[in-house]
Amino acid sequence: MSNSTAPGIDERPRAVRRRELAAELLTFLPRESVLTEPEELRPFECDGLTVYRRLPMLAVLPDRVEDVQRIVRAAAAQGVPVVARGAGTGLSGGALPLEDGLLLSLAKFSRILELDPDRRLARVEPGVRNLAISEAADPHGLYYAPDPSSQIACSIGGNVAENSGGLHCLKYGLTVHNVLEVKVVDIEGRLLTLGGESLDAPGYDLLALITGSEGMLGVIVEVTVRLLPKPETARVVLAAFDDLGRAGDAVAKVMASGVIPAGLEMMDSPAIRAAEDFAHCGYPTDAAAILLCELDGTEAETAAQLEEIRVVLEGAGATRLKVARDEAERARFWLGRKSAFPAVGRISPDYYCIDGTIPRKRLAEVLKRMRQLSAEYGLDVANVFHAGDGNLHPLILFDANQPGEIERTEEFGGRILEICVEVGGTVTGEHGVGVEKLDQMCVQFPAHELEQFHAIKRAWDPRGLLNPGKAVPTLNRCAEFGAMHVHRGNLPFPEIERF
Amino acid sequence: MGDRTEALRNRVRGAFETGTPLSIEGGGSKRFFGRRPAGEPLAIGDHRGIVNHEPSELVLTVRAGTPVGETQAALAEHNQWLPFDPPRHDPASTIGGVVACALSGPTRPWTGAVRDFVLGTRIVNGRGDVLSFGGEVMKNVAGYDVSRLMAGALGTLGVLLEVSFKLLPRPARDRTRVFEMSAGDAILRLSGWARSPHPILGAFHDGDRLHLRLGGSEPAVAEAAERLGGEAGDGAVWETLRDHRLPFFADDGPPLWRLSVPAHVPPFDVPGSTVIDWGGAQRWVRSDAPESVLRSTAAAAGGHAVCFRGGDRERPFHPLDEGIAGLHARLKAAFDPGRILNPGRLYDGL
Repeated sequence: MSNSTAPGIDERPRAVRRRELAAELLTFLPRESVLTEPEELRPFECDGLTVYRRLPMLAVLPDRVEDVQRIVRAAAAQGVPVVARGAGTGLSGGALPLEDGLLLSLAKFSRILELDPDRRLARVEPGVRNLAISEAADPHGLYYAPDPSSQIACSIGGNVAENSGGLHCLKYGLTVHNVLEVKVVDIEGRLLTLGGESLDAPGYDLLALITGSEGMLGVIVEVTVRLLPKPETARVVLAAFDDLGRAGDAVAKVMASGVIPAGLEMMDSPAIRAAEDFAHCGYPTDAAAILLCELDGTEAETAAQLEEIRVVLEGAGATRLKVARDEAERARFWLGRKSAFPAVGRISPDYYCIDGTIPRKRLAEVLKRMRQLSAEYGLDVANVFHAGDGNLHPLILFDANQPGEIERTEEFGGRILEICVEVGGTVTGEHGVGVEKLDQMCVQFPAHELEQFHAIKRAWDPRGLLNPGKAVPTLNRCAEFGAMHVHRGNLPFPEIERF
Repeated sequence: MGDRTEALRNRVRGAFETGTPLSIEGGGSKRFFGRRPAGEPLAIGDHRGIVNHEPSELVLTVRAGTPVGETQAALAEHNQWLPFDPPRHDPASTIGGVVACALSGPTRPWTGAVRDFVLGTRIVNGRGDVLSFGGEVMKNVAGYDVSRLMAGALGTLGVLLEVSFKLLPRPARDRTRVFEMSAGDAILRLSGWARSPHPILGAFHDGDRLHLRLGGSEPAVAEAAERLGGEAGDGAVWETLRDHRLPFFADDGPPLWRLSVPAHVPPFDVPGSTVIDWGGAQRWVRSDAPESVLRSTAAAAGGHAVCFRGGDRERPFHPLDEGIAGLHARLKAAFDPGRILNPGRLYDGL
């Protein structure tokens, strides 16, 4: 495995190194904040991508920023890599520990430090849950817009590290569009403030750079988010289609209509049936695909837009349209979509979630090629996706207990991502690269771009001690991968030695 | 005219080998901005044209030398726009210049800034490598967000070749309301309005009056005009403000400062005259007051000050904290190890 390169080779046994670092940390941390025993470390062995598991050398749970600074300094002084972790809900293995590394949990940083309705902002610690911010803002008629499906559990620090999206980012943007300021501890233990309460900051846009950087550049210790006034009303329409391709084309027609929906989600037949069985949300189980289209604004505005969208969807060949009559029905329509993952979890022993993004106009074509691959690999796929953003979430259904199925699933997933890149998209829309998509990064980026990424990493973290081996593959890894996968007849990285 | 990628790459590669500084120039309309340009001119004005515009995808890819006006006109044919409404201080202003300087128009607080709409870029770094980041899709978290980093870097990290933007439909309805009130009252009033989801697209105070731009769907704008009141105003004022054609911005007179501060902060007591834009978040000040007065005023309010035009060219931008300045230097070295791209244009030493 070339992705677990621990920098600064320390030849002493791990137990010795662990004891030495723990002793140093215990000079300023209480015993219960420094975990070294395997049974204590077990909860940190994986994040939401559970196929990869590894115990860290030790785990630390501080609750003060000064302590984070001292921990990072102590680890760096001993050449021990640091992996930061929020709620551990990430889906790409970004918080996967390193055997010789320190796992820095930010779970105890769970306070909302300030919520000011007049300035429409909330200043929070990184371990605050995404949904908790909107709940705290709710009495003021405000909310925090990005709403990843895991919002009940995921933390804001992780959201910034991954640049999380959600169901409503089509209209309200991703994390990067909704964060004003981030405080980070760099590998030297310095506390840096990126961005600010004004709408821009002097110099380079480091706030944009840290967002989505997957814990590779700094440890996020405080986040200030922008709050938005809640829309007066929201309506959702469910459109059923008897053909998946037609539903895909309907998405493009909605987007070209001039109305920007607050959310535009699509599910295919296996996903519809699983969600209906699970959540009894009123989905038509005979449909080949459904679209959920949400419109928000004032009463009059929403009514007018609903009418426009209804005409567009009918023109696009929808076989049935159902507008949620009231708030309860609207919540039910969304419940089905939001519980699609656990619902699929009930119909298959395991599933593997893919996160490619494509230009919307290629949707029908990509879905068709995915079906062909599904037949080729003998593995079923249920599709739920953020159609308005072109962000696909195919769920490959498999059984980890069947020999070879994990490997077949991963290969199938990799092929899907390669199709996404081929049609002009990306291997990850919102889940991040982590350890999961390192090989596919080699497909998406040529060597010069990867070298530029590594140079950025070195500018922040010259010794490669923050979450090393994640997010950006080494050129050697790509060369190894390239030797197996010849992409469109071109051997990537011809200048690199092969093994 | 057209695709000059090869020529630009070769120029940069040659300059890297000989250690020759380059001064990147699009339409040449922003020579006034930042520290003094130094080095051999690298003209990108001929590298122009729309590479891809898919109206149904709401995506545009355009070469950096394309004039802003030409770009917006092409989008208007499809009833779309770049919602950050980039300023055109000069008809020659290019897309590359607007992105490099991170200039957003009066819509910025409500629609988002330049960087918020950047989906991807193609650049030449200081080694002469042509690199692509991001792309033409709405969501993309593969690798670091180099594209957004380019916005506001003033060409010091790379020569912009192409930029891909997210587009939006133009608002169906656009109305302007005017209110006679002091600047202080205007800030308070705007603060209150911001607590509800009104379809506001612009708010500026000219010294005597608050101008409010409402933009969005027909019913939403009609309702808001009813609820918020005011007199009917002239919609042309937004372009005049955006492009700095108000008499306030005239070439003669004291230096023009831009104070970027939290919107709710009361009017500043600094010598000179002020126009408040961005609903309070951007304050244009014509003042002969010493640099230290403007900088400390902005900093005390939680913001920063830029000497935008006509003042000291040594230090136009707000000084950086030590740790942040160090990161800037290391990032510069990561993109442009020979320090040949617009050296010193943003900060001394970068």
